[in-house]
Amino acid sequence: MKISIQINEGPYQHQASDTAYQFAKAAIERGHEIFRVFFYHDGVNNASRFTIPPQDDRNIVNQWAELGIKNANGEPELVVCVAAALRRGILDESEAIKNGIDCNNIHPAFRISGLGQLIEAGIQSDRLVVFGD
Amino acid sequence: MLHTVNKSSFERNSLKSCINTIDDTSVILLIEDGVISATKNINSSMIANLANQGRVYALQGDVEARGVSSKLVDNIKLVDYTGFVDLVVEHGTSVSWV
Amino acid sequence: MAIKKFMYLNRRSSFGTVYAIESLEVVLVAAAFDQDVSLAFIDDGVYQIIEGQNTNGIGMKNFSKTFHALGDYEINKLYVSAESLEERGLSADDLMPLVYEDEDDNWVEKSSVKVVSNAEISKIMSKQDVCFSF
Repeated sequence: MKISIQINEGPYQHQASDTAYQFAKAAIERGHEIFRVFFYHDGVNNASRFTIPPQDDRNIVNQWAELGIKNANGEPELVVCVAAALRRGILDESEAIKNGIDCNNIHPAFRISGLGQLIEAGIQSDRLVVFGD
Repeated sequence: MLHTVNKSSFERNSLKSCINTIDDTSVILLIEDGVISATKNINSSMIANLANQGRVYALQGDVEARGVSSKLVDNIKLVDYTGFVDLVVEHGTSVSWV
Repeated sequence: MAIKKFMYLNRRSSFGTVYAIESLEVVLVAAAFDQDVSLAFIDDGVYQIIEGQNTNGIGMKNFSKTFHALGDYEINKLYVSAESLEERGLSADDLMPLVYEDEDDNWVEKSSVKVVSNAEISKIMSKQDVCFSF
């Protein structure tokens, strides 16, 4: 089955991203396809490659990256909402250049795109599950 | 339908709203701090009947993490993350009472 | 492609957290996808469409006016929990007069807001393919 996930909360502050990750991992192991994970609201903070937890703690960003959720073209299907991301200082290279900022912080396993990707995930998937506060 | 509730009934009204709004065929999965509502406490009557009908699940990892395994309301069904996935697949549209 | 039924479940008021405005942003984008869209306002979500919101004193954008645009995008099923209104000392008269023009009925202006019982919301919810919560 094709399953998509929406995550509304950032890492560490809230369990939402941890639960969603465990759910996604179990779904993949069960033979399902994770069509897309869409990060919205503070959930966009899950995509920061500047995240450095203490050594004895999990690295939530890298955990997501290691799941390797991609489409047939090899593009990441860990998708960060552009409007929510720019509000919160999550940038990819093109948004950084466009806005005159000297670096970017998105992890390469994620990509920034529009809210239409969330609606499309709802249309294309058999199930959509929301994790939030 | 599958309804997930992730907050304790002592903190938020999400379980109450969920129960007030679900149809007779829906099931509830308690996750994160929602598992506090799976324990025997002053609010247990909210879910006792649904649990007796076999319609209340709780995420085992969250129950164990919070040290409440021995305090659960009768007939709550425990599932792991794979069981969570199976509930999503079996019960159609899922609603998160975040 | 078959049209899917999408419900947007709103349970929080407008300004204390970002969820209400960012939910409305999704709804506006959803309008372009020609799907069947319903909005449910339950619990404190009913305050999102109350009349007379004024944000001059808090330095935040008053996005409540945007709800008036939904009718132009054929988003005209806004279900409000009667019980949630009553619990909060509110009635349908306290809500914004949100309307749309019914193309199947000679473009007559009709109300988009439907105050319904939780039992009716339950029935409507049961028919949805996707439920977004914010």
